[in-house]
Amino acid sequence: MIMIALILILMIGGILAWLLSAVNKNIPKWISLIALLTDLLIIVFFWSNNAGNISFAQNNRWLTEVQYEWIPQFGMSFHLAMDGISLVMTALTFFLGIASLLSSWKNVDKHTGFYHFNLLWLLAGITGVFLAMDLMLFYFFWEIMLVPMYFIMVIWGHENSKYAGWKFFLFTQISGLMMLLSIIALFVIHGNATQVYTFDYMALLGSLAGGPAAFWIMCGFLIAFFVKLPSIPFHSWLPDAYTESPVAGSVIVAALMSKTAAYGLIRFVIPLFPEAAQNFAIPGIILGVASILYGAKLSYGQLNLKRLISFSSVSHMGFILVGVFSFNTLAYQGVLMQMVAHGLSIAALFIMAEFVYDRTGKMDVNEMGGFWDAMPNMGGFTVVFIMASLGLPGLVNFVAEFLILAGAWQYDIVLAVLATLGLIVSVTYSMRILQKVFHQRNHTHSYSLHDISVREWVVMGSLTVAMLWLGFFPQSVIRIAKPAFEQMKMIQPENKEATREANPLQSSSIITFTAKKGGGL
Amino acid sequence: MSELPINAGLVLAALLFLTGLLGVLIRRNILFMLMSVEIMFNAAGLAFVLGGAKWGEADGQVMLIFILAMAAAEVSVGLALILQMHRLFKSVDSDVLSIMKD
Amino acid sequence: MVTQLWLIPAFPLAGFLILSLFGTRLPRKMVPLIGVGVVGVAALITIITGIDFLQHNTAGYFVEQHLWTWFSIGSFSPEMTLHLDALSLCFIFVITFVGFLIHLYSAEFMKDDKGYSRFFAYINLFIFSMLTLVLANDLLLLYLGWEGVGLCSFLLIGFWYNDSVDAEKNAYAARKSFLITRIGDTAMILGLFLLVKDFDTLNISTILNEAPNVWTANSSEAVWAAVLLLGGALGKSAQLPLQTWLPDAMAGPSPVSALIHAATMVTAGVYLLARTHVLFSLAPSIQLLVAIIGAATLFIASFSALAQHDIKRVLAYSTISQIGYMFLALGVGAWSAAIFHFMIHAFFKALLFLAAGAVILAVHHEHSMFKMGGLRKKLPVVFWTFLFGSAALASIPLVTAGFYSKDAILWYSFAGTNGSVWLWLTGIVAAFVTSLYTFRMVFLTFFGEEKTPTHYKPGLAIKIPLIVLGILSLVAGFIELPHNFGHFTPFSDFVSTTLPPVSLLANPAAGETVLQVLAGVLALVGVWLAWQLYIKKPEPLRQFKYGSGAGLFRFLHDGWKFDQLYDVVFVKPFVWLSKIDRRDFVDRIYGAVGFFNVAMNVVFSRTQNGKLRYYLLGIGIGAFIVLTIILAL
Repeated sequence: MIMIALILILMIGGILAWLLSAVNKNIPKWISLIALLTDLLIIVFFWSNNAGNISFAQNNRWLTEVQYEWIPQFGMSFHLAMDGISLVMTALTFFLGIASLLSSWKNVDKHTGFYHFNLLWLLAGITGVFLAMDLMLFYFFWEIMLVPMYFIMVIWGHENSKYAGWKFFLFTQISGLMMLLSIIALFVIHGNATQVYTFDYMALLGSLAGGPAAFWIMCGFLIAFFVKLPSIPFHSWLPDAYTESPVAGSVIVAALMSKTAAYGLIRFVIPLFPEAAQNFAIPGIILGVASILYGAKLSYGQLNLKRLISFSSVSHMGFILVGVFSFNTLAYQGVLMQMVAHGLSIAALFIMAEFVYDRTGKMDVNEMGGFWDAMPNMGGFTVVFIMASLGLPGLVNFVAEFLILAGAWQYDIVLAVLATLGLIVSVTYSMRILQKVFHQRNHTHSYSLHDISVREWVVMGSLTVAMLWLGFFPQSVIRIAKPAFEQMKMIQPENKEATREANPLQSSSIITFTAKKGGGL
Repeated sequence: MSELPINAGLVLAALLFLTGLLGVLIRRNILFMLMSVEIMFNAAGLAFVLGGAKWGEADGQVMLIFILAMAAAEVSVGLALILQMHRLFKSVDSDVLSIMKD
Repeated sequence: MVTQLWLIPAFPLAGFLILSLFGTRLPRKMVPLIGVGVVGVAALITIITGIDFLQHNTAGYFVEQHLWTWFSIGSFSPEMTLHLDALSLCFIFVITFVGFLIHLYSAEFMKDDKGYSRFFAYINLFIFSMLTLVLANDLLLLYLGWEGVGLCSFLLIGFWYNDSVDAEKNAYAARKSFLITRIGDTAMILGLFLLVKDFDTLNISTILNEAPNVWTANSSEAVWAAVLLLGGALGKSAQLPLQTWLPDAMAGPSPVSALIHAATMVTAGVYLLARTHVLFSLAPSIQLLVAIIGAATLFIASFSALAQHDIKRVLAYSTISQIGYMFLALGVGAWSAAIFHFMIHAFFKALLFLAAGAVILAVHHEHSMFKMGGLRKKLPVVFWTFLFGSAALASIPLVTAGFYSKDAILWYSFAGTNGSVWLWLTGIVAAFVTSLYTFRMVFLTFFGEEKTPTHYKPGLAIKIPLIVLGILSLVAGFIELPHNFGHFTPFSDFVSTTLPPVSLLANPAAGETVLQVLAGVLALVGVWLAWQLYIKKPEPLRQFKYGSGAGLFRFLHDGWKFDQLYDVVFVKPFVWLSKIDRRDFVDRIYGAVGFFNVAMNVVFSRTQNGKLRYYLLGIGIGAFIVLTIILAL
């Protein structure tokens, strides 16, 4: 029930915001804030209630689940379910939703009602994607995300936003249709084999592990997810979309929408096509590595602050690909952490860019510099965000990258080494952001700069706290997602970890040591 | 019943049709184009009648009546449109209407 | 008391948090009180802990404090656990004690800077990170401290970010240091991945205990683990081939150079190698490599120091060179000698930097030694302490601490089972050069005629650290006397509870006394030569420098042209690629698809001319073609 409430609150809030904007154009943003806060509170409450109930039993797969008939003739049902992964991602959605709303609190002055309608429906779509356990329902929410995003981008975006909007729409729509084809093909193949025609996730699990059909159907999913992630060579829509969007759009599309793709990879691609995915592992990791390195290189070359940040996202999402195709629990936990970590850090950077833009009206880094003088607080926060983006230990990104790469090392050493080079190149562009804006040649005299307001302090401060908290205590997320990943491990055809644990030499020696360690103190 | 030279009739119909088609393609006066369309209708009607006569069925005549009814309707609508056009553009030149392409 | 280990890093952390959150709103007098105070408290706790520790110190003794489990996945669960043994005690003592003195010094040195509270916030964070690094019981926690000190180093090198003249240079130095150390760090984290795979843990004690059972000596895993960890150490400790960042790092304020780029952070590599010494014992070839890298670095850096103008760059190269000695010691297995030299080096090098900072203040931020001179009378305290520090650096025999610590390294590199004559020879030649460049610096700065007038009078907060460190530079060596006289070795006895002793050849080719006399004489000759070349008869050298030797001086001044090499091989191509492909060629491909569609649109929209007759013609021709095809088939 709670899941339907989460989505409905957003949808109804959106409609209300639109309707009431006729009364006063400041009402919609308060409605959005209240709707999102309510959702966040619900999810936090739910989390704290369920934190103790996580168990590893197979019959207790979901924390909560609802299923209603939707179009039974075609085997579609309204099936929502939540496990640890979905819980973490929905919590992230509402948290970042609030952050993006507050960061653009004063910027939107035209069509406020329609703006907040789009914002809330967009978030509703994302929430739905994280919860849907029926493939058709998943696709439905997947498309719901698309349209409001397009409107936000085009109507409230920057100068070149029409071009960016069309590009975004074409890329995601075409790739989405490929996924639809795959979903239908899966439905038909499964139906022909079992005479049960259904789109239900649980029913389709394991129906098509390997073989050429599985490969091609998987490709449909992969293209949709690769485009949205994005991975090289499907990243071309990203810099335009991220750069031309208004700040809330940038934050949501970069921090949340790209996560739906990562989520899709671990929720659908790996479990539905375990063998085909295994066969695709090496190309997948190579794509990831290419994204990491090429994205970083592109990012370094940019002059526009938002483009710089956008390309860094390509680089960071490459880690997700590496992790997804490494097939071990370390890497999977790393992928989840990376989804959270990248969500927080990219949102933080875009918000920082927006605050700078608010004050200067410029995006060109060559016209910035020395801003620390005028805005020490923002500079301090930016140091944290930059350090998060380059993976400094103590911030959540480090945990994520460490887990992914340690997992990748166990799968393939050479590719892991190449991916790890990303840690070096990430320094180049991250330093560029920090130094070009806040250090170096002093440009402060050209603008009237003032340090961050209380509202901005709250946004940046809460992001910082979240990054630090998860950097030092990632266990809260790891623990809640553990059963879900245990489930994934079971369906894998060959289990590398099992063979490793079976190595008698290592396991026995570690046990003997723990016995010794006890007497140390 | 004397044998009707059916091939000669069909050739006549084809000639009539081509005359109509050429008229539509060549004439710029929209009134003449409408008349040429009428000629093409009649050519089709003639072909139907010939066919009906050949197989001794009533279908040909039925189709002809259909065509006549439709042609009448079409002419009335067409003439109304031409009148409207004449009022708006002060012309019956079909090429003038090309400004509507955008 | 000993069980509350966490208090030691907690105080600097608290200082950092207070200063960074409320620093600008605090009254200016409160800032040093907090900034210096927290480190002082940490130093006090360290001393109390140390006294307590000494009473229990037997072989294998350590104290551990488990704070929390960082995360736990399967059986891999890195923990936030602090671990104190003789080795880490040595380090935390130096970090907090020398750190405290430098903080005290900074309270006066930085007092007119507008980033006063920011400075103390950074430097407190540095102390916290460094303490985390050396107290970590888990390599992942160690890595946290390891990167943390890198961050602080970056922030402090670029501290004067909008200094109108040097802003670009400072920013460049800052990111260069971060990037190059990051290269080393990346090697190190790869090493961690390897260890995770083979041990399923990063707990240092576990790994050290298990490594000999899991890996055979010289197995490829052992070699790779050693190489990758060494990579990390090379970056942090500015050893060949990752040494180029340290001279540029001198862009930071002098106390920063003293604390981070001389006394503590740059020796983190030494700590890492000493801490994981078991892994290196399993890979003897890599251990030899450590010695060779150390020898090569100390040789190259000492010659570079000889050709510098900037007083701080001389000290920077001498730091690289002295750490080279530590690596040499590590490489020959003389673990305790390396740590001993680390400690003595921390005293005298911090002193030298602090004194140099005072000198630079006195001559109005002039760094070139050739524009100083004659400061002996004007700054007596600075002069005498600088002289003590220099004597220790040049290892003037018997009376300085540097002599005892460096002598041990030279002896072990000669007589140790892993040593060789060549390593020793490099070391002794560089020792001679060290003495030469050190006293070149002393003579140019404090002797000769006065070139820049000054009325600067250092205050108490600057004098006290100088005097304390000056005394330590002279007497700290007496806690570890060579075997052939006195045989008084409390220091190596102390660290022997953690680090294995060095194994010596049964009968080395020469006696210890001979070598000591030789080293002592060479050091004194170096001082004499410096006097001759720079004070007595400067003309011949000047002629050589600007005449036939100009190329050589240039080469040495640029640090053997490593910077230029890296610039051509790595930096230029990367920047060029970024520039040339700014618009992203992949986007061009999609752009081409779009362009093709638009072009087709132009072509086909020609056909839509709005003329009815043309459309009909089209229909007619189309119908004709279709009919023909149908009939023909």
